[in-house]
Amino acid sequence: MATHSENQYFVPTPSLYPVFMSVGILTLASGFIFSINNYNAGNWMMISGAALIVLMTFFWMGKVIAENQSGVYKHWEDKSFRWGMIAFICSEIAFFAAFFGALFYMRIISVPELAGFDPDFTMHKDFTDAWPSLGPGGDVIRYGGALETYAPPSNFSPMGAWGLPAINTLILLISGATITWAHWGLLKNNRKQLVLGMFLTVVLGIAFLLCQAYEYHHAYTDLGLTLGAGAYGSTFFMLTGFHGFHVTLGTIMLIVILLRCMKGHFTPDRHFGFEGVAWYWHFVDVVWLGLFIFVYWL
Amino acid sequence: MVMEFIRKTGLFLMLALLPSGLLAQEAKWNLPEPVTPLARDIFQIHNQFMLVIFIMFVVVLAIMIYSIVKHRKSRGHQPASFTGPTTRSQIAWTLVPFAILLYIDFILMGIPAVHSIQLMEDTKQGAAMVVKVTGSQWRWQYEYMDGDAQGIKFLSNLSTPQDQIYNQQEKGKDYLLEVDNPMVIPVGEKVRVLLTASDVIHNWWVPAFGSARDAIPGFLRETWVQAEKPGRYRGQCKELCGKGHGFMPIVVDVLPQEEYKLWVAAKQEEMQAASAGADKEWTMEELVSHGKGVYEKNCAVCHQANGQGLPPAFPALTGSKIVAGPNLDADGRMLVDSHLDRVWNGKNIMPGWKDTLNDVDIAAVITYERNALGNSVGDMLQPSQIKALR
Amino acid sequence: MSYSATAHHDEHHDHPTGIMRWFTTTNHKDIGTMYLIFSLIMFMVGGFMILAVRAELFQPGMQLMQPEFYNQLIGVHALIMIFAALMPAATGFANWMLPLQLGAPDMALPRLNNWGFWLLPPAAILLTLPFALALIGIGDGAIATGWTFYAPLSTQGGIGVDFAIFAVHILGISSVMGSINVIVTIFNMRAPGMTLMKMPIFAWGWLITAFLLIATIPVLAGAVTMLLTDRHFGTHFFSAAGGGDPILFQHLFWFFGHPEVYIVLLPVWGFMPQILQTFSRKPMYGYKAQVYSLWAIGVLSLVVWAHHFFTVGMPIPALVYFMFSTMAISLPLAVLFFCWIATIWRGSMTFETPMLFAIGWIILFGIGGLTGLVLADVAADAQYHHTYFVVAHFHYTLFAGGIMGIMAGVYYWLPKMTGHMYSETLGKWHFWLTAISFNLTFIPQFFLGLAGMPRRIPDYALQFADFNAVSTVAAFVLGLAQLIFIYNVVQCARGGKKATDRVWEGAEGLEWTLPSPPPYHSFTVQPVIK
Ligand code: HEA
Ligand code: HEA
Ligand code: HEC
Ligand code: CUA
Ligand SMILES: [Cu+2]
Repeated sequence: MATHSENQYFVPTPSLYPVFMSVGILTLASGFIFSINNYNAGNWMMISGAALIVLMTFFWMGKVIAENQSGVYKHWEDKSFRWGMIAFICSEIAFFAAFFGALFYMRIISVPELAGFDPDFTMHKDFTDAWPSLGPGGDVIRYGGALETYAPPSNFSPMGAWGLPAINTLILLISGATITWAHWGLLKNNRKQLVLGMFLTVVLGIAFLLCQAYEYHHAYTDLGLTLGAGAYGSTFFMLTGFHGFHVTLGTIMLIVILLRCMKGHFTPDRHFGFEGVAWYWHFVDVVWLGLFIFVYWL
Repeated sequence: MVMEFIRKTGLFLMLALLPSGLLAQEAKWNLPEPVTPLARDIFQIHNQFMLVIFIMFVVVLAIMIYSIVKHRKSRGHQPASFTGPTTRSQIAWTLVPFAILLYIDFILMGIPAVHSIQLMEDTKQGAAMVVKVTGSQWRWQYEYMDGDAQGIKFLSNLSTPQDQIYNQQEKGKDYLLEVDNPMVIPVGEKVRVLLTASDVIHNWWVPAFGSARDAIPGFLRETWVQAEKPGRYRGQCKELCGKGHGFMPIVVDVLPQEEYKLWVAAKQEEMQAASAGADKEWTMEELVSHGKGVYEKNCAVCHQANGQGLPPAFPALTGSKIVAGPNLDADGRMLVDSHLDRVWNGKNIMPGWKDTLNDVDIAAVITYERNALGNSVGDMLQPSQIKALR
Repeated sequence: MSYSATAHHDEHHDHPTGIMRWFTTTNHKDIGTMYLIFSLIMFMVGGFMILAVRAELFQPGMQLMQPEFYNQLIGVHALIMIFAALMPAATGFANWMLPLQLGAPDMALPRLNNWGFWLLPPAAILLTLPFALALIGIGDGAIATGWTFYAPLSTQGGIGVDFAIFAVHILGISSVMGSINVIVTIFNMRAPGMTLMKMPIFAWGWLITAFLLIATIPVLAGAVTMLLTDRHFGTHFFSAAGGGDPILFQHLFWFFGHPEVYIVLLPVWGFMPQILQTFSRKPMYGYKAQVYSLWAIGVLSLVVWAHHFFTVGMPIPALVYFMFSTMAISLPLAVLFFCWIATIWRGSMTFETPMLFAIGWIILFGIGGLTGLVLADVAADAQYHHTYFVVAHFHYTLFAGGIMGIMAGVYYWLPKMTGHMYSETLGKWHFWLTAISFNLTFIPQFFLGLAGMPRRIPDYALQFADFNAVSTVAAFVLGLAQLIFIYNVVQCARGGKKATDRVWEGAEGLEWTLPSPPPYHSFTVQPVIK
């Protein structure tokens, strides 16, 4: 229930950012489509679309920050942002659920099924349901010119859990702690603790990304583990890749928040911007735990 | 009586606002006559359910119409003011339709349905023979896996001429439901049908058999058929599979035992003759004329009868670089990305024909493409050269 | 509920005028209007495409188009009708009416709201652009896989599939933004004193829709993303060669696709009782029962998806589970039907156009629902699956249940939104022509399905000719009937008899306490609900 004394909701003034944002997305998307279908003009469209999106995000968010600083957002608006952020994170969870679903489906259903057809008639005679799996391979499906460019190696090694991935888990867990510590600082109005905590979190986020980049490099060059490496390769790279993408976004947001902390934008009782990003960061953290357990470990 | 009526007409007759006289005799109102135990089971279920939902519809509609007629303002009806089930007896009343539906869903409809599912999935028990059916764009292949007929394998293509489809010619009686080589099975035997596909998902469906099952590339699915009456049964692919989806019918001949045996013997002989053909030396004319038949049956859907294709999806063979290039190296090995390679293994949407055409057909169709359709490479492939590759 | 709106809220018109007003607006009514207009345009586009299809199906033989083009038309028809006509219409109503019904100054996140709308035109462009590109030699047309994108047909398809994938992504972002807005508005913007169980049932319908969208749209986005990487980056989600499975795609698609059918109907189930109540001058029956049923439908819809592919060969327990859970949805729906009928029972009914549509809607949607019930039967579905029986079923639910429902809403609220009364005579003509020609279009399709005509085929055997001819002729009448609707709406927007604040004698709710049309900013001071 809206228990607000002021009773005047802030309706932002008309704005062109959303329209330009949409134009940017249209340009980026169609550019990407042209580009993957080998029309070179697509590359230029992609660049301009992406530039427009970045620019608009910058202006749009800048405007929100400015509005915030001017004090038009009160308790009531603040609550809207909170509900909004929660709903948004829920939709992100559903997105990852699709990829986890694909992973479980392949491990539990399709790979064993392919290995388990009536032995008199099966087309995949020597295929077993061992995981990680490359799939029965070759002759069944002919489509996808892409297959050649990304031809799966004849064998590969899976990514072990207890090397870099474990370190990465630790990094993310610690970053979860540092951001909470920063939050405490904010609540106590201790700017130093806040900024230090945020700074550490950003550093840990970047460290995570570097480790991840190294891991991908290692997978491609040493392990023969590529996107084309069957069920395992597909799920491994899509899950960790989308997670990495989210960490990247999260880190950028963290940096923005760090700058805002340094500028003193937040007060102990009004700091949705900080909290929204912190929630997001925790969400990214939890997804990683799922990844660590189901992709790397088990 | 009632059941008989329902069976003949289909319940929807009553639902139809159309005067049935508007429609010609051929129009059918219900599922086709079932000829397998499974289809019969489904047919009964279908009729029973149609009756159930029809009654539900009529009852609810009647209540509504009563209300619409009686409770209108123009008749001076004063509105009541109740808002919901409040007293205990009202709540009980509200639960009655709930309970009825519960009964209908899970008992009346549910139990026969479960029974039917079990029947449907019982593909192996007592099966006398196994036929493997492979769907590809856009034809079916039938392969007899065991028993006398083991080794019989053939393609089944739509045999309706293009001219009929494009309205250049009077349409035949079985327009779009006719094939060159129907599947043949003996009457009364339980046939286990294995399904798979070579490119995209298809669905093998013969309404009179009540069997519809997807054919999925890389996977094996099964269904079964035990036809009780000899005859010719027709069906269609019912999973969207590309531009030829409307043009890949299924025709099954159910023959009496003796006739079936004769068919098997004849087919075996035919196959033997074909493989013997692979050893003999063919002349260019023979190959080209045989190849023309193979081409028109199998390749013209995509590459068109004149070889022009439908670019960009389907390349022209006329003037194609691949067609003009060499096929075999000095040792008789197939060259990568040669004409032969493309036909043998396929690429992307182009199917591979290694397993679906025999040596003579492959040699002939390649020779045909190189020396007709506006090409004149001048060389030929002998079936024996193809045989050597296997 | 006593609140008298006065004009003094209208004093600051601080927005640009002309076209810039629409590009930049953050006002919920402006945005709602744009959604509704967009939806109407896309309804015409989608309808136009399918009329071409029906013309091809008029007679056996290929007359007008190639099979590839036919396949493109049906898929794009469906995507446009569902994503660009039906869903935006519902969102348009949410924008217009939720703040008015809840007594809120605006939607909770106005700028986001504007973005949610402006994502739609790019998506519509992406869906239809490939048709144009094909004309200048780029690619071979739009997506030709039907609206379901099934792999591996879609893995194999051309550039149209890529366009459709990104169109779906953008539509998805738009829907999720819209849903976030609805959820926040409902949770945070209700007038003081309006508890959840006092809020208009339309809000409940939309709240559950929003939850379903947030839970399922991202899964669809994931599915088409996997499709994209399978197509271009060598992954093997949907190919047996790599241990993947085409059926995985169907699971992911229908995990979204089934809830989707309730997503498009829940808003309609929300406002329909309000219409019934208005024109029978009697309080709604079973508000609580309806709220619980809507929830039950929402939750159940998430666990029944596999009934769309019973024929792919699933283990028996899975078949039985999905059959029974699907059938279970009929229970809450029966409660809803009961409540709707009990709402008009012993009322004092009049039959203005919205009421005609509402009554017709109950009956026709009833046919759609009941045939859905038999489709849920695994064994019988082997015969019905992918035949015109299914096509008829889902047009009874989507066209009758969805579009006709939306039309009831349009007639109901149009006087409120424009301040003018529409022509009742034309409205009645529109209703009767629509209802009759709709039935004549789709009843024959039930019989076609039973007689064995598969769907998605451009040409058919001779025994299907008669029914198809009837269906085609009726479809054209149905299309023409919609021209009356468009004319009526346009005329109403341009002028006509002034509408009163209450508009309908029996209308209840906050939106009817405002002037017609409501001031640009309504409820800047919230009413207090006692
Ligand atoms: C808004 C859309 C909508 C709605 C509401 C529904 C509702 C239902 N649908 Fe439908 N369905 C679709 C849209 C919809 N469907 C679409 C688009 C497809 C095809 C997709 C594709 O393949 O492209 C489809 C396909 C489809 C299938 C797959 C068929 C196949 O491909 O083989 C099945 C199978 O179970 C099914 C079942 C149901 C069920 C059980 C309901 C239940 O919710 C119905 C419950 C309702 C009732 C049980 C009615 C209760 C009424 C009364 C008790 C009285 C009524 C009488 C009067 C008022 C006079 N639907
Ligand atoms: C909300 C959803 C919705 C709506 C409203 C409609 C509306 C209509 N649909 Fe559609 N349809 C689907 C959803 C919908 N459909 C879906 C999901 C599929 C499955 C696709 C697939 O297989 O993947 C489908 C498939 C489908 C098919 C099957 C194609 C096939 O399988 O081969 C057919 C065939 O008759 C059909 C017909 C119609 C008709 C005649 C209308 C009519 O109601 C349309 C009436 C509207 C207009 C005509 C437009 C308004 C008027 C004008 C533009 C004025 C101009 C008019 C004239 C000059 C006459 N539809
Ligand atoms: C399902 C449609 C289809 C059928 C049926 C088909 N083809 Fe093709 N064919 C293709 C496609 C698509 C290509 C292009 C493959 C690629 O390079 O991606 C192709 C390519 C070829 C090529 C190489 C042409 C070139 O210049 O690239 C030859 C030769 C060929 N097909 C021969 C045949 C023969 C012989 C048959 C019948 C026995 C046949 N095709 C049947 C679709 C088909
Ligand atoms: Cu094969 Cu449709
Ligand atoms: Cu469904």
